[in-house]
Amino acid sequence: MLAFVLIGTLPLHRYYRLSVLRQPMRLLMAIAPVAVVFITWDLLATSSGQWQFDPAQTFGMRLWGLPLEEYAFFVVIPLAGILTFEAVKVVREGRRSA
Amino acid sequence: MTSYAVAAGVAVLVAILADLVLLRTALTRSRTWWTAYGIVVGFQLITNGWLTGRGIVRYSDEAILGSGHIVFIGDGRIAYAPVEDLAFGFALVLMGCAMWVWTGARIRPPETPSSA
Repeated sequence: MLAFVLIGTLPLHRYYRLSVLRQPMRLLMAIAPVAVVFITWDLLATSSGQWQFDPAQTFGMRLWGLPLEEYAFFVVIPLAGILTFEAVKVVREGRRSA
Repeated sequence: MTSYAVAAGVAVLVAILADLVLLRTALTRSRTWWTAYGIVVGFQLITNGWLTGRGIVRYSDEAILGSGHIVFIGDGRIAYAPVEDLAFGFALVLMGCAMWVWTGARIRPPETPSSA
């Protein structure tokens, strides 16, 4: 699922000549606080049984009770959102100047 | 208890508050962000439908508005996922984009588009 998201969004970077991935520090500062907040939420929700992950369909490795790929989720999804946002911005600006 | 429903609702409010008041990025007032979100939410229905329809993630019937049965639509679910997930995703993507715009104004001077 995460690979599908990346395959769908990473090409936007090249196609629209975005500079998102050339700003790793900015990306880190944007995504890290959001990821920390949502991972905390996830940890609380999982430990209180609001939701759970199927052990048969996730990698076995767990960190504080969450599958490792769940942590990657909170990096990949904001990144995909940012790439989509920047791509839409390029399209809209192009249309305005045309 | 619908605890996830409550938390998801709070998250949406916090995200909008952050966008409009704390970070003053005002993405929820821009057509660009809503267009991007429209694209994102379409893909969320697909990817999240995969995660929830296959039971990779399972929800306690006590935490959500629906009854906990996995159905495609209805009973508090859209494309297999609890509607609360839409609020969760909205807050996550809005917060990520708002932080991105906010840091952009601080880390490096805003790039002036040549077309402007």
